[in-house]
Amino acid sequence: MTTSPSTASAIRSAPAAAERGAAAQRAQRWRKLGITLLGWGVALTIFFPIFWMILTGFKTEAEAIADPSLIFTPTLDSYVEVQERADYIKFAWNSVVVSFGSTLLALLIAIPSAYAMAFLPTKRTKGTLLWMLSTKMLPSVGVLVPIYLLFRDIGLLDTRLGLTIVYTLMNLPIVVWMLYTFFKDLPKDILEAGRMDGAGTLQEVWYLLLPLTLPGIASTGLLSVILSWNEAFWSLNLTTSQAAPLTAYIASFSSPEGLFWAKLSAASTMAIAPILIFGWLTQKQMVRGLTFGAVK
Amino acid sequence: MTLMNKNRTSGRTVGGLRTLSLQAPAVTLLLLWMIVPLAMTIWFSFQRYNLLMPGMTGFAGVENYEYLLTDPALWSAMGTTLLLVGWVLVITVVGGTLLAVLFQQEFLGRGIARVLAISPFFVMPTVSALVWKNMMMHPANGVLAWLAESLGLPALDWFSSLPLTSIIIIVSWQWLPFALLILLTAMQSLDDDQVEAARMDGAGPLAIFFYITLPHLKRAISVVVMIEMIFLLTIFAEIFVTTSGGPGLATTNLAYLIYIRALLDFDVGTASAGGVIAIILANIVAIFLVRMVAKNLEQ
Repeated sequence: MTTSPSTASAIRSAPAAAERGAAAQRAQRWRKLGITLLGWGVALTIFFPIFWMILTGFKTEAEAIADPSLIFTPTLDSYVEVQERADYIKFAWNSVVVSFGSTLLALLIAIPSAYAMAFLPTKRTKGTLLWMLSTKMLPSVGVLVPIYLLFRDIGLLDTRLGLTIVYTLMNLPIVVWMLYTFFKDLPKDILEAGRMDGAGTLQEVWYLLLPLTLPGIASTGLLSVILSWNEAFWSLNLTTSQAAPLTAYIASFSSPEGLFWAKLSAASTMAIAPILIFGWLTQKQMVRGLTFGAVK
Repeated sequence: MTLMNKNRTSGRTVGGLRTLSLQAPAVTLLLLWMIVPLAMTIWFSFQRYNLLMPGMTGFAGVENYEYLLTDPALWSAMGTTLLLVGWVLVITVVGGTLLAVLFQQEFLGRGIARVLAISPFFVMPTVSALVWKNMMMHPANGVLAWLAESLGLPALDWFSSLPLTSIIIIVSWQWLPFALLILLTAMQSLDDDQVEAARMDGAGPLAIFFYITLPHLKRAISVVVMIEMIFLLTIFAEIFVTTSGGPGLATTNLAYLIYIRALLDFDVGTASAGGVIAIILANIVAIFLVRMVAKNLEQ
């Protein structure tokens, strides 16, 4: 290689090289410090509104609208007050029922479908997968009017069942896709062996497929819960009071007379905490689901 | 497509029959979910149908479209939609790429810093919009007003003087972490040896970024652009809780305009025509995304 002359000269002037090496190391250290500071600076800036919201939840209403300050006596008053208002529990319960209900339903419908696509592929499998993806491209607002009128006529407006149905169908394509990618990674021999032992399709799925792909199914389920929990188009348009989830509850703080920042912060913190943790746990698999496998 | 699928497979093997019965629930439900509302939207868009005027019904021809297309509100909403989508895309893609490069470097506590930086994506839209509106951008008590005053600058009334900019900032804050998450994942499949080899050959950090990193991310970036576009075309909650589309029509995008027409004016016909326009716009983007994913399936 062309480096040999310089290597030779480096051997000849060893002390100078050591000097240069030390300088390079120092430069390296400064670079590292710079990157550390920049990385943390950016991360903290992006996170700041969330941090501030969590902090405000522990302030009194007077402190919440006073000049920004980090020094205050933390209080749980806002949390207690929000909890005491019976309606918070109702909204939270609606969120839980609707997001977990729709996720369970979506998994139940999607598992057989993804199983068929992964293990019994036909010529049309690819087409079906792509068609499912394309149903996600229909903007909600384009079908708002008919869904609203249909729901009004069959009495599903402002019911948890109605919202659950919408969320199930909304997430079904993503759930099928994610499960399909997880199932496809499973070695075919394992299921083959089960079939040799005389296992039927149902036993094969229940005793072999589900236990083996449980982590994948769990992260698919979590993604579906996250998307349903945070959904704020259908929940704002299809519910008013009975079935309204937390997204709608928080939206009710937008009225000018509802300027209770500490309570808004406490309620918001409780509303986002579980999802934030789910999100942190599943970020890797989420990429797979959100990009339909186009980015790995 | 699905009907053909049924015909072809049902006549063949037992496996085909099994495939059909296993897929039937998912396919049937999605088919219904797509076809019924879509057909109804298209049907309503050609009808005279206002919930406040029950007597006036019947075929309207292209009246609704004519009315909508000559309504200045539509063009203003289209412009707002484009500005919103365009700016958020530029901010999140450029920012996301730079941040992905930054968070790819090794530094102390990188894992925690990454988690903090992607967090806003998991916050529900109504919460992020209200936190920004009340606690960040409030003209009297917001953190930004306090910052401006500490620097001796006049505090800005964000939502009345720069309404669309404010919405763009909030939406970008939510979607920048999404771009970062996707691009960071894509970055991890970058070949380290290739970067090392380039460095040996004397390539500087900028050259490495433009000639190795960026081409490697090209595909992931286009996926981010398309997915964001589909979601951003119909941004709703952020506008609903902050400006309600105002002042005037300053922050009314297509989605919000359809909402006003349908659920506030009860004009089903015009709202449906607006819906059809939204569907067409989304599908122009979707075609490219579906094609790209299809290519990936073949590999």
